[in-house]
Amino acid sequence: MITLGAREHHRFEAAGKPFVYLVPSAAIFALDDAADAILRTLSERPRTREELVAELSARHDHAELDDTISELARVRAIGEFVAPERESAPPPKIFPLAPIESIPPFPLTTMVLNVTNQCNLSCTYCYEYSEDKIVDTENGKQPKFMSEATARQSVEFMLKESGDNKVAHITFFGGETLLNFPVLQKTIAYARQRGAEVGKDVDFSLTTNGTLLKPEIIEFLAENRVGVTISIDGPREVQDKFRVFHNGTGSYDVVAPKIRELLKRHRSRPIGARVTLTSGPLDIKRIYRHLTEEIGFWEVGFAPVTTSPGRGHAISEDGYDDMLAQFRDLAFEFLEYSVENRHHGFSNVKETLEEIHKGMSKAFPCGAGLGLMGVATDGDVALCHRFAGSDAHKLGTVADGIDRNVQFAFLEKHHIANKTDCSTCWARPLCAGGCYHEAHTRYGETSRPNLHYCDWIRGWTDVCLQIYGELSEKNPGFLAQFDEPMAAERVS
Amino acid sequence: MKHLKAVNSKAERVDRATQGDVVALQRTPQQPEAGPHFPIGCSLVFSPGWEADRAGGTAGLCQPVERDLFDCHIGCYWPAQVPDQLNHAPDWTSKCAAAQKDWRKIDLVFP
Repeated sequence: MITLGAREHHRFEAAGKPFVYLVPSAAIFALDDAADAILRTLSERPRTREELVAELSARHDHAELDDTISELARVRAIGEFVAPERESAPPPKIFPLAPIESIPPFPLTTMVLNVTNQCNLSCTYCYEYSEDKIVDTENGKQPKFMSEATARQSVEFMLKESGDNKVAHITFFGGETLLNFPVLQKTIAYARQRGAEVGKDVDFSLTTNGTLLKPEIIEFLAENRVGVTISIDGPREVQDKFRVFHNGTGSYDVVAPKIRELLKRHRSRPIGARVTLTSGPLDIKRIYRHLTEEIGFWEVGFAPVTTSPGRGHAISEDGYDDMLAQFRDLAFEFLEYSVENRHHGFSNVKETLEEIHKGMSKAFPCGAGLGLMGVATDGDVALCHRFAGSDAHKLGTVADGIDRNVQFAFLEKHHIANKTDCSTCWARPLCAGGCYHEAHTRYGETSRPNLHYCDWIRGWTDVCLQIYGELSEKNPGFLAQFDEPMAAERVS
Repeated sequence: MKHLKAVNSKAERVDRATQGDVVALQRTPQQPEAGPHFPIGCSLVFSPGWEADRAGGTAGLCQPVERDLFDCHIGCYWPAQVPDQLNHAPDWTSKCAAAQKDWRKIDLVFP
């Protein structure tokens, strides 16, 4: 006699209907009454098929139940019940068994160039300069600015490592990126020329704090279709709390007019704001309104500050709950707009919706060390821009290429199958343990899952699943935009 | 499917990939579609006798003793009914250098 049990899943409701998110396939199915009843009954505890049918036969006839059981089993929402001790084996790693030399290298999609490690602001919470920094950018071995020669070498490295990809993405980063505008300018020209020679499109973007924008720079960025992300935290009182110059004065009054100029002139790419959320009372809607309606950003992305626990700016546990409630409100506003095919600029929800739509089931939390790498000012290649210049997280150099052994050792160690804490979490296909840098800052170890924000991740994933379910009922056409291949990874 | 509706792209892929997939839980298994025969089993190399049909039929797995063959005598947990190669039939597999080619040469042994 076969005992049936529910497989790993997350049930949610949207538009008044039940849905199921399956783990680890990340498939989403809408359930009818019978399917919902079976899944819920088996989620309470496993039952034999006969028990199950007997229990539900008052409301559903046998043939219907038989059919539904088969369908649920077919998509692996239910299956033969396996006692927990037998299940405790780690999930299989889909990982090359072949020797490294025989595996073609994974193509690089995005290279983040840290053109300088200097900054004209001194934001209290900065992961690059404040108490939690990894690399000594003041007295360390790296030059303060990337040279033109290193930048060119980086371009060559990118073109080579991008393999068969038609498009190579280069993101300029800092420090304050625009402090090294001359090299940035020359690098774009050089990469364009080299890209044309080898038959690749090169796409450019940068992140800046906006303080150094001026008409010539804005003109250049617009003409060259450089994607721009501005780090800004919101209206004056929020921005000036942490985003200050070295003498402590706030930066809002300096950046706001410059950003308005940029938004007026630069129309060739949508321009987004990137907000760091910190301790203290959060008013996310107000920040969002200010940045979109009053300043004019096309979209706004929010991220909680990366910090070790106990810092003044760290978000407390209650803070995470509060943040989730506000994210939820804004996400449902996004839904209202999207149902009517109107644009809404809350980019966090859009990014998650895309991953949900594609059914991404991640072995790694992000592309760091795989499709994305960061280059330090001296040409050292690291996992990502946040580790640029750190010897402990170095994968190679732009001159000598990537050390495949180091890269594979990193990937082996950080595979989701090694994160035992994640093995029972339904949100792992999307989270996969979270940011390596966050884990490093929090726990001193990149391979640790970020357990301090699990509830927040599950809460947020649940909200996004609901939004997705609602859209699939009310405006499925809106979701068709996510059928396109994934855009380059966002850097922050 | 009548009771489930694929909502995201992955669900559509799961739906497509499992079409015609007969799950052993079904009370009355449908006839498997005609198609290529995929051997599966616990051996990574080709090893005759380990086939299961596309429908997941278990008659081809190692449980029935009459299917015990070749691989069963090395390192398998299954108490295999194969010739005792240490004592009784040391040359049982000597004509079988490569199982893919030579498996027909492994003959029955009667004690």
